[in-house]
Amino acid sequence: MALRIASRRLALAQQCAPKMLRRGMATPASAIEHTKEPLSATSESLSASRPPIPESKTTTVKEPHFDPQAKTKTFHIYRWNPDEPTSKPKMQSYTLDLNKTGPMMLDALIRIKNEVDPTLTFRRSCREGICGSCAMNIDGVNTLACLCRIPTETTKESRIYPLPHTYVVKDLVPDLTQFYKQYKSIKPYLQRDTPPEDGRENRQSKADRRKLDGLYECILCACCSTSCPSYWWNSEEYLGPAVLLQSYRWIADSRDERTAERKDMFQNSMSLYRCHTILNCSRTCPKGLNPALAIAEIKKSMAVA
Amino acid sequence: MPRLSGLQRDALSLYRKCLRACRLKPADTRANFYIFMRREFEKNRELNKKDFGTIEFLLRKGARQLETYESPGVTNIAV
Repeated sequence: MALRIASRRLALAQQCAPKMLRRGMATPASAIEHTKEPLSATSESLSASRPPIPESKTTTVKEPHFDPQAKTKTFHIYRWNPDEPTSKPKMQSYTLDLNKTGPMMLDALIRIKNEVDPTLTFRRSCREGICGSCAMNIDGVNTLACLCRIPTETTKESRIYPLPHTYVVKDLVPDLTQFYKQYKSIKPYLQRDTPPEDGRENRQSKADRRKLDGLYECILCACCSTSCPSYWWNSEEYLGPAVLLQSYRWIADSRDERTAERKDMFQNSMSLYRCHTILNCSRTCPKGLNPALAIAEIKKSMAVA
Repeated sequence: MPRLSGLQRDALSLYRKCLRACRLKPADTRANFYIFMRREFEKNRELNKKDFGTIEFLLRKGARQLETYESPGVTNIAV
């Protein structure tokens, strides 16, 4: 399965996006300089007045058994416990031996939780990039922990934050209620008034089906929406790239009969037109999709129709 | 009464929303809701009023709890 995804991503990358935008590792080395303190550090749940206590002022939790041949790597992880609301968020450091850890960031997190610090909290489920649970900000890039390799150079330290500009439930768990509410508001299901001709299925030609490629793969991990500055400042009204991509998935569907209504919903300055083609969404998407293109298609169809 | 800050007004408005929600509960269990609500507020009575981040978090948490408990399906609460 993992292989299939890998090859699929490659194929997609070659088809529809310049290589520049793709990335396997958490960060291209050049980006690290700018992302030492990602925006999430100052602007998550607890607002700008409460930046996390830096890792230099907290303890480091070490590997339980020392091994002389260890390839030790340090992870700085954002911690905050809602049960002590007056405590400040902090960066906790963990050192792991990469020889004993799986290749992905999620493996590292699971290993920390199992063997080092069971209080660490994060969402995870499928461990192969199909559920979208483990979306987080790793080395300044929103991505799925299960699709993000641990950079092997041990001198570099990895920093893991929850998705930026989301309320934090605990540690790396963001509150996505607002995101799901917006998803619900676009009515993400087939709307038809006429029954199918043969009374059995709503058929679709192969060409029509092909229009949905690059749209149906979205797993709603919220990586793109939470990377969009426009969405950060207007998350109440602007729908954000993930939800707009889903909306376009239904607008483009040949079987759906409420296309006009769906487009009507966007006839205001906020829901759709807050997209200023910043393209952070396409850059960050861990599934290699292109939400910006979908948004552009909606804009185009609104302008033409 | 001194002029209240925005945050203080938010807290009061949450408190009043809770009172109104309690009023819609069945008469025989209403007292339980009042006690529960009062306790939730008093838990954080000692909070420093300048601790904005914490107060904002607790307001959000309170609003979420209110949303859950005010649904008509919730008819009693253990205190």
